[in-house]
Amino acid sequence: MDLLIILQAGVATGTVLLFATIGEIFCERAGVLNLGVEGMMLIGAMSAFSFTLASGNGWLGLLAGMLVAGALALLHGVVTIHFQADQVVSGLALTFLGVGLSLVFGEGLSKAGAEALRQAVGGGFAPWARLTVPLLSLIPILGRVFFTEQSVMVYIGYLMVPVTWYYINRTRPGLHLRAVGDNPTAADSMGINVYRLRYLYVIVGGMLAGLAGGTISLVASPGWFSELTTSGQGWIAVGLVIFAQWDPWRAAFGAYAFGTLRRLILDIQGPATLFGLTNPFFINSYLGFFLSMLPYAFTILVLVIGSRAALRKRLGAPAALGTPYVRGERGN
Amino acid sequence: MATPTTTAAPRRRRFPYRLQVEPRLTVPRWLSPVVSFGALIVALVLGAIILELVGADWAQAYGHIAKAAFGDIGVFSDTLVKATPLILTGLACTVAFQMKLWNIGAEGQYVMGALGAAVVVLAPVLPPETPRFIQIPVMVVFGVVFGALWGAVPGLLKAKLKVNEIITSLMMNYIAIELVNYFVFAVWSEGGFQQSATFPKTSWLPRLTDYAKDLPILRGLTTHFGLILALLAAGLVWLILYRSLWGYEIRLIGDNPRAAEYAGLNITRNTILVMMLSGALAGLAGMSEITGTLHRLQTGLGAGYGFSGVIVAWLAKLNPLVVIPVSVLFGGLILAGREIQPSGVPRLIQGIILFMLIASEVLLRYQVRLVRVAALEAGRA
Amino acid sequence: MSEVPLAVAMRGIVKRFPGVLANDHVDFELRAGEVHALLGENGAGKSTLMSVLSGLYKPEAGAIVVRGRPVNFNSPRDAIAAGLGMIHQHFMLVESQSVTENILLGLDQPRFVMRLAEYDRRIAELGDRFGLSVSPTSKIWQLSVGEQQRVEILKMLYRGVQVLIMDEPTAVLAPQEIDGLFTTLRAMVAEGKSIVFISHKLNEVMAIADRVTVLRQGKVTAAGLPTSQTSIPELAKLMVGRTVLFDLHKKPQPPGAVVLELERVSAINNKGQACLHNFSLQVRAGEIVGIAGVAGNGQSELAEVITGLRRATSGRILLHGADSTQASVRAVIAQGVSHVPEDRTHVGSAPNLSITDNIIMKQYRAAPVAQGWSLNRLAARQRAELLKDEYRILAPTVQTAARTLSGGNLQRVILARELSAKPRLLIAMQPTRGLDVGAIEGVQRLLLAQREAGAAILLVSEELEEIFALSDRIVVIYEGEVAGEVTTHDTDAIGLLMMGGGRSQTQPAPPAQPAA
Repeated sequence: MDLLIILQAGVATGTVLLFATIGEIFCERAGVLNLGVEGMMLIGAMSAFSFTLASGNGWLGLLAGMLVAGALALLHGVVTIHFQADQVVSGLALTFLGVGLSLVFGEGLSKAGAEALRQAVGGGFAPWARLTVPLLSLIPILGRVFFTEQSVMVYIGYLMVPVTWYYINRTRPGLHLRAVGDNPTAADSMGINVYRLRYLYVIVGGMLAGLAGGTISLVASPGWFSELTTSGQGWIAVGLVIFAQWDPWRAAFGAYAFGTLRRLILDIQGPATLFGLTNPFFINSYLGFFLSMLPYAFTILVLVIGSRAALRKRLGAPAALGTPYVRGERGN
Repeated sequence: MATPTTTAAPRRRRFPYRLQVEPRLTVPRWLSPVVSFGALIVALVLGAIILELVGADWAQAYGHIAKAAFGDIGVFSDTLVKATPLILTGLACTVAFQMKLWNIGAEGQYVMGALGAAVVVLAPVLPPETPRFIQIPVMVVFGVVFGALWGAVPGLLKAKLKVNEIITSLMMNYIAIELVNYFVFAVWSEGGFQQSATFPKTSWLPRLTDYAKDLPILRGLTTHFGLILALLAAGLVWLILYRSLWGYEIRLIGDNPRAAEYAGLNITRNTILVMMLSGALAGLAGMSEITGTLHRLQTGLGAGYGFSGVIVAWLAKLNPLVVIPVSVLFGGLILAGREIQPSGVPRLIQGIILFMLIASEVLLRYQVRLVRVAALEAGRA
Repeated sequence: MSEVPLAVAMRGIVKRFPGVLANDHVDFELRAGEVHALLGENGAGKSTLMSVLSGLYKPEAGAIVVRGRPVNFNSPRDAIAAGLGMIHQHFMLVESQSVTENILLGLDQPRFVMRLAEYDRRIAELGDRFGLSVSPTSKIWQLSVGEQQRVEILKMLYRGVQVLIMDEPTAVLAPQEIDGLFTTLRAMVAEGKSIVFISHKLNEVMAIADRVTVLRQGKVTAAGLPTSQTSIPELAKLMVGRTVLFDLHKKPQPPGAVVLELERVSAINNKGQACLHNFSLQVRAGEIVGIAGVAGNGQSELAEVITGLRRATSGRILLHGADSTQASVRAVIAQGVSHVPEDRTHVGSAPNLSITDNIIMKQYRAAPVAQGWSLNRLAARQRAELLKDEYRILAPTVQTAARTLSGGNLQRVILARELSAKPRLLIAMQPTRGLDVGAIEGVQRLLLAQREAGAAILLVSEELEEIFALSDRIVVIYEGEVAGEVTTHDTDAIGLLMMGGGRSQTQPAPPAQPAA
């Protein structure tokens, strides 16, 4: 059980969570809660996979996944922003919708993922191409984990984190984003178009969730496995946003930690001995069920940590998160 | 700078009315069911369109659903069997949602309730010869308690630590499923298959078909006692919500937790209790299903009843009595769903229904009026 | 008369909300370089009219002309571009962001990347020019209410507005701060800007405004009346429509036993800051103790600590001599404590529940409403109907939802609930805020009636006039401490205490012997 390989694989798996979490961070920073991440990821995964097979181009497939998920998010946006429906229930409906649509349209997609992809796309630069960064990969430990033989998507993930942080905290559009989520009335009174910005970031959130889904079906676990494709990662992403306190750096930490956990769960069942002691998971393979529970139990733990941090610090969630904005509400 | 004289009328002939959207002050009582019904119809139409796109035969699919709900007695009986757990999970969600506790963990609580009932038989807590009238109440108790405890976890976390109950209850779903998997595979597996031994007859809920000897028309009707339990539960929940002190507290907290706190209500205690009640109802659903229909512990127990409960509760507008007919409708949908290809269709239709319901609620909050446009031209000083 | 173009002319403005005609063909003229007060009771339509002018609302009919050019605003941004800016009663500031970020919000500069140091400097300069000093890098939540108001004004000045509309700006200021605000306004007028000053406070209007327009129930009753040519009683009559008597009959009566005692109570607020510090207080039966202070100095937390909604970190709270420092809200209510909260809609009522449900909110556990575990709906309804008549609550039935009620009626529901419980201690927080004169009078009479019935009353109000009219004793609160206690209606002395200066008496007067 090579710890470095586990960390390396963990970073790769965690990238999926990272995309979805950052997407939801954008959405929630603007004040809109979108619980439909699971549905959007799933439909992004299905669309990316089937479109790649159809078009022979992995990047187009990814784009298709992003657009489809973004369209689904747009529905959520219309219902919550314009129709002012309850954001929680709408997000749930979105999950059902996304799951339902992916199952129906994804019927019959081949399960032999990697093979099918290779046949459709052939060689060339695809999202699953592995790259090793020349100098950085020589750094001991970190180089091995982060910069050796990682897919392109992982590197995109690395870039996304600082860019997101900079955008939100150091740019004018980022200021407007934060204002819309913290005090939409104030933003509106200063001439910022609250509705338009909320729509924008809801769609951005959806597109990133679609990107996450596409990364699963094209890179991480190539293929289409119905609901098992995401198996709750969309929900874990929503929980990670709270743990991350809406900050991209903490999100990255959380996402990679989770990715590592998932890989660890797989690998720990293999060897006969573990640190010199007999491996109970090797002896009794049924204990693996308890291992499968770990990511979900950890999500709960992570939520508890995040909630306690939010209680201690005065500023936590965007103040207007979850409430629809209506201009000119009398007597507020 | 030339200013238009006040005597010159605008050249374009303007339509003197325009549509104006404004908030409703009062909602007429008939509007809510009409809007829900309309949303349902629109959802079904959309579903048909999607089925067309995928190449499935929507007429046949919908025909199946219609027959399932309104066809002959035998099929209707099967519909009721599917509706029974739905009523209970619908009630579970209704109770929780009335207090704005978003219990999405009905699925896991259902599974744990089934596990609880199974424990009685498989552990075994009672020997197989124990007569029915003892076994069944014990199984009810176990099912309810297991479900309540499973619901208490997100309740406690929310009450004491303000942790978001949506995600915690959802995570508990996945944990419950893995837990049951463990028991099915590792502990009680029958011959290495993905299921346990069949339960002894003394632990089966009575079914209509059991009385076929006396009443031949009852032959083959698998509707079971769980339906009675479900109907009783619906009545009980209605009494609690609308006739008891506790129900008043639940509704007050749901409407305005700050006011409830100001009035001296104990929100922490109520959060835990309501989640436990919700979990208990879902657990009862699981128990009823496993002792009334499945008669064994197996994987894939969930079958989405917990999630459908969310939609049933919302469609019923959180009214425990309305949950009953809505569950029958959905029961027909699920039953027919087995015959429809592709397999995701029933879930899709449920998703569309919930979505259209939510979207349609805007009509309850706003109204569109035709308003006479007064002379609002710039320049008339 | 020279043809000076009017800064703003509004003609025939009609603005409707569901169920109410807020502005009924209103005309309004504003000259350049003047302070023009817009006077009216709460609900008269002043804020609405100015919200129309500032681009927040679109009127159903009417025209607006700015400096001779007709305009059509679709959003506040258009109005600001035309030089009109409004500062609302509830500030439009993003708490988590800094002063500079708030001022820059919505502007096109800086283009993309924000290097704030330059802007910090500019804003500090602007502040100095107009006498509005505030630190540009502080976050809004760290500022006092008066400082936040300065940020709002700076926001408008930074955008070069020529017409500044201020909605009830003095509600959150101590008397000395009000003087500072007036100085700033005069400086702005000297530069040729115009100010619209929305208020319902007659003495302030007379002090600062050049001209007055009075609104009553959506219509104009006096337009552009120069303040030099009118008087307070005349304005009051224009505002209310009848001669207003400013006299409540408050009988002197000796106070009874001590009902509430706070011994050096301290507490922290939601931001983790100390909000109460060694606060000591006594309230006796049959007396009204008024707490005067600028908003945000601990009054809200004081009420919360007494009623059990917040834990005191040190000190003791005694109700009827018994220690209730750690008591739950329910226990406090059971001790005969009633609480009229500041926030009617978000704390004091459940908006979607019926009037009946709101009335029984604190009493539902007692007979006859409670019967064992069940709720006797008939008894609840009967009680609600009784109180509806007694307190003259205007609503179709007792089953109507609370959110459809007007502010005054909702307050009547809350008072009905709190006063019918025959409290021995009543905590009244801003009980007349946002109500029209008729309703205010009604509430004040009810409070005095409770006083005569022997209740101990703690009154917190932002209207010094009200504190003067009702209180037997006045305690001034500043930064969570007792700044002093006053017995005379000396506005200057109280104002000084409210600002933290001149602490003459830090100990409350020794308790008088209760009447035998």
